[in-house]
Amino acid sequence: MLTAEVILELRRLGKTFPGVQALAEVDFELRRGEVHVLLGENGAGKSTLAKILSGAYQRSTGAIFLDGQRTEIKNPRHARDLGIGMIYQELNLVPSLSVAENLGLGREPTVVPGVIDAAALAASARRWLGELGVSIGVERRVRDLSLAQQQMVEVAKCLSLEARILIMDEPTSALTYQEIGELFAAIRRLKARGVAMIYISHRLEELLEIGDRVTVLRDGRSVVTRPIAGVRVGELIRWMVNRDLAEQYPRQRTRPGAELLRVEGLSQGSYLRDISFTLRRGEVLGVAGLLGSGRSRLARALFGAERVDGGTIYFEGRPQRIASPRRAIDLGIGLLAEDRRTQGLVLKLSVRANICLASQDRFCRWGVVRARPERQAAQAHLEQLRIKSPSLEQPVMFLSGGNQQKVVLSKWLCAEAALFIFDEPTRGIDVGAKVEIYELMNRLTARGAGILMISSDLPEVLGMSDRILTMCRGRITGELSGAEATQEAVLQRALGMDPTSPGGAIPGGRGCGWESDAATSGEGRSAGAATGAGATGIMPPASAGNDL
Amino acid sequence: MNAKVLLLTHGRQFGTLLGLVLLGAIMAALTPHFLTVSNLLNVAQQTAINAIIAAGMTFVIITAGIDLSVGSIVAFSGVVLGSLLAAGQPLPVAVAAGLGVGMLCGLVNGGLIAYGRLPPFIATLGMMSVARGAALLYSQGRPFSGFSESFRFLATGEVWHIPMPVVAMGGVYAAAHFLLSRTKLGRYAYAIGGNEQAARLSGVNVRRYKALVYGLSGLLSGLAAVILTARLNSAQPIAGFMYELDAIAAVVIGGTSLLGGEGKLGGTLVGALIMGVLRNGLNLLGVSSYVQQTVIGSVIIVAVFLDMTLKKRQT
Repeated sequence: MLTAEVILELRRLGKTFPGVQALAEVDFELRRGEVHVLLGENGAGKSTLAKILSGAYQRSTGAIFLDGQRTEIKNPRHARDLGIGMIYQELNLVPSLSVAENLGLGREPTVVPGVIDAAALAASARRWLGELGVSIGVERRVRDLSLAQQQMVEVAKCLSLEARILIMDEPTSALTYQEIGELFAAIRRLKARGVAMIYISHRLEELLEIGDRVTVLRDGRSVVTRPIAGVRVGELIRWMVNRDLAEQYPRQRTRPGAELLRVEGLSQGSYLRDISFTLRRGEVLGVAGLLGSGRSRLARALFGAERVDGGTIYFEGRPQRIASPRRAIDLGIGLLAEDRRTQGLVLKLSVRANICLASQDRFCRWGVVRARPERQAAQAHLEQLRIKSPSLEQPVMFLSGGNQQKVVLSKWLCAEAALFIFDEPTRGIDVGAKVEIYELMNRLTARGAGILMISSDLPEVLGMSDRILTMCRGRITGELSGAEATQEAVLQRALGMDPTSPGGAIPGGRGCGWESDAATSGEGRSAGAATGAGATGIMPPASAGNDL
Repeated sequence: MNAKVLLLTHGRQFGTLLGLVLLGAIMAALTPHFLTVSNLLNVAQQTAINAIIAAGMTFVIITAGIDLSVGSIVAFSGVVLGSLLAAGQPLPVAVAAGLGVGMLCGLVNGGLIAYGRLPPFIATLGMMSVARGAALLYSQGRPFSGFSESFRFLATGEVWHIPMPVVAMGGVYAAAHFLLSRTKLGRYAYAIGGNEQAARLSGVNVRRYKALVYGLSGLLSGLAAVILTARLNSAQPIAGFMYELDAIAAVVIGGTSLLGGEGKLGGTLVGALIMGVLRNGLNLLGVSSYVQQTVIGSVIIVAVFLDMTLKKRQT
């Protein structure tokens, strides 16, 4: 094997916080022009490692070698000077400033001291974006850009700072299928320029596609480092969790019962057009669609959080007007919103308060909270869902992503929901916790609940749904049974490109959000994806790309 | 509950309390008059009005709001109360009217913020001016004074040697603590301030509870007006000037974050007492009021600075 130049090496790196050993012993090596994937469950130490490299934390033990020289990374500024750039999950841009202003922030070229040379600023911004192969108007304000475009600006900013090492923490968690394609295309350009990248993600299929090597962290230790070619998903999971997960998608179908929800002609401007479908008790109905297809809007409309122009919603056979979340909750609908931290939880409140929040009336008499029944109910759910929390009084902000999601689920169990709308149920959750959430879905449907599951994680939709609806530009463009669904079939319909779909061709002849350069990169990607996924045997055949 | 959580949820209150004790010790060392029963009761009495307003402010700030109108509401409630007393209306009627005016102003604030979607800063800034103007208009700029003994008892009377304002303060804090920690209103106040969107998506009637919280703040301003009027034996349209800043300072010194979602009434009470002790001690020491202003402002800044530094270290 050709050994490229090693630019970064970590030897027995450790980091302790008071009372916690975040990193025990990590050996790691990064070569020029490689994408080195860092994999591990939540709490395995990935983020700590990234923060040490970006200068936010200081190492406790071990050593860091940069270009063979022993180096201390003192602070974020020092890391930047050493050529280490970091793309955080939360982007660090000023929304009200333009792209060019953001790219040059702190290093503006000047005509005379204090007066910015706007032309030079714009020219340099254009150049760096050009290097990435993206075209974004440099005068546009960052807040008007899509999340993916903002991320590109961030990457360009790191490049302009002459970063040789780029750390990306879950860069695709909020991107749509085709945006991920654009990001991957940019990553390949960076590789060609010799930039080394550390890539952190939970989406295994994606790692197989973009990564060159993988290092797995477990309990603060580096367990294994391997070239990605030839690695199987099953192996990765075993290294991460140190046990065999019976199955990645353990869906147990139940016989569908009575009709729980029927939607007829639901419409909202150009966002939702004539949506009709049914959902029966005991069923998991998957909804696949790109960002902007109306999938989350549909969820919010069913939950009364979004006004609609027309259409009828039948719940348990009766037509209902759902004008507010309160009404939806009283009917027995629960929404596990897309972003649990901003929409699902009150992070500063305790586990107990969050679990009981949607059914507070049940625990109140004359407006006074009855502490004992509340505590008992919360305790019961804590145990039932095996939520790992030191106590009921723990603020939920201290729980891991998977446990937070379980708290949201408990909230709806506590409110005695019969219809659970899961919007991105496992985003940002590690593999072990994912399977737990899937198993909880099984338990819910076994008890006669119905689940509407919206997800941009295609293998998840395919693995867990009994039926799949595809959405594109506010319309339902197809319905597939779990058995007949393949990634290709779902994706085609979600892109609005299937001529046999009930809605017919999409007006205008163009697919859903299907940009021309995205199409090229999408095709370029599929070859690599097929190798990765084909080897695993777990995923359905993937000819249109994995987890796009 | 583990140590970290305990520290995070209550550590801030211990810190403020420690500050109060420390300040008391310094004052006691500097002047022998400070640590006498009569002076301490005096401090409590002088603190009562600010503390009562600050209790309402705590609710508002926990919902991530702010109420700049409390001082003006004190004046408006005061002159309405004073005019009715001067006109010979029965005491309960006049007091009820004073409280009612306060609550009404607060509910208007709440309505504008919750249903009109105005930012709390703007809505209450407007009310600050409107209520002050209304007080001046209503009274034609003249104070009402010379009230009956029975009314003045509300400020000068004693129950078991405890001055009435202190009794009122104790009552308000007991009730407010119950409201905040044991009722739906309190729970929802934390939820709205912590994450308004999540609260709404959990079926909380966010608007109603927001409006109620400002109504409560107005009501407590009305109560402060009753005590102030009784103490001064005069209702003045210029009363309550800058009271909003004292109240906000007490809340903030008490560890309630202006970002909302957290805070305790105990902290606010201690915060108000710190300001009271400081004023009283500086008076005893004969420090000029110009210097006092400067010192109190500096204490607010230092307190919040320490709070932030400590919080950063905890995480």
